Amino acid sequence: MVGVRVLGITGPKKAAKAAPATGKSARYYPADDIPRPKHSRAKKHNAPKVRASITPGTVCILLSGRFRGKRVVCLKSLESGLLLVSGPYKVNGVPLRRVNQRYVIATSTKLDVSKVDVSKINDAYFARVESANKEGEEEFFANDAPKPAIVSDQRKADQKTVDAALMKVVESTPLLKNYLGSNFSLKKHDRPHKMVF
Amino acid sequence: MTKQNTQPVRLYLPGAILGYKRGLRNQYNHTSLIKIKGCDSKEDAQFYLGKRIAYITKASSGKNGSKFRVNWGKVCRSHGSNGVVKCKFSRDLPPQSIGGRVRVMLYPSHI
Repeated sequence: MVGVRVLGITGPKKAAKAAPATGKSARYYPADDIPRPKHSRAKKHNAPKVRASITPGTVCILLSGRFRGKRVVCLKSLESGLLLVSGPYKVNGVPLRRVNQRYVIATSTKLDVSKVDVSKINDAYFARVESANKEGEEEFFANDAPKPAIVSDQRKADQKTVDAALMKVVESTPLLKNYLGSNFSLKKHDRPHKMVF
Repeated sequence: MTKQNTQPVRLYLPGAILGYKRGLRNQYNHTSLIKIKGCDSKEDAQFYLGKRIAYITKASSGKNGSKFRVNWGKVCRSHGSNGVVKCKFSRDLPPQSIGGRVRVMLYPSHI
């Protein structure tokens, strides 16, 4: 309605606001049906409860994925229910990472991680970022070697600060550094159901 | 990923495929019986309930960059009192798999 101003016609928001105040029905009625999202009965899934054996500071064994068999330190559980872990990177090469608690064995070894500040790391921190120089069609067919993934400077800096605090705890405990650096693996006569982790 | 000087990491147990769930005259192919190595009692078997199992075969032609194909399954319940378990797979195991090996993974973990 550019140029023509009709008195008494208000926008949908204003009309909705005015209606309860005056007791009159709204003067605005949209001519077109506005599609509304369907009422959904789907339940919102809450994050799973982290089992009691896993607490901030627990040393965990990763069971699958690229870092399987590594012993890592659990730093906290995130809102999504995933665990935030760190190798530390310097010890066994595992960076700050999220893992599902079902893919982890909790050990009885616990560290004091109260000095490690991970308050600013949340699920959004791990969100994927669309790379600025996405490869086009030509580059796709050029069949050159895949470019290595680039770790952002922000991540590197965060890893450094978190690990610096974590390493202080690790180094103050005898043998802990070697323990975290070693892999867990089943040997010939190992019986996981009889093991105490 | 793994460097050559590091020891290989094995995070699964071998299991043997005994056959299908069956009665005296009928067999039910949708469930397979598996003996997990070192699991010798009903109590031991409780640890493995829900664990994922991989039945791995080697095919002549590659798919997704690998010649190995995996049929995933899971441990459903124990069978008898000697630690044998009943397992279901996303596709029923083929008859030639009887006597073969599966990998019993340690996840989903509850420890």
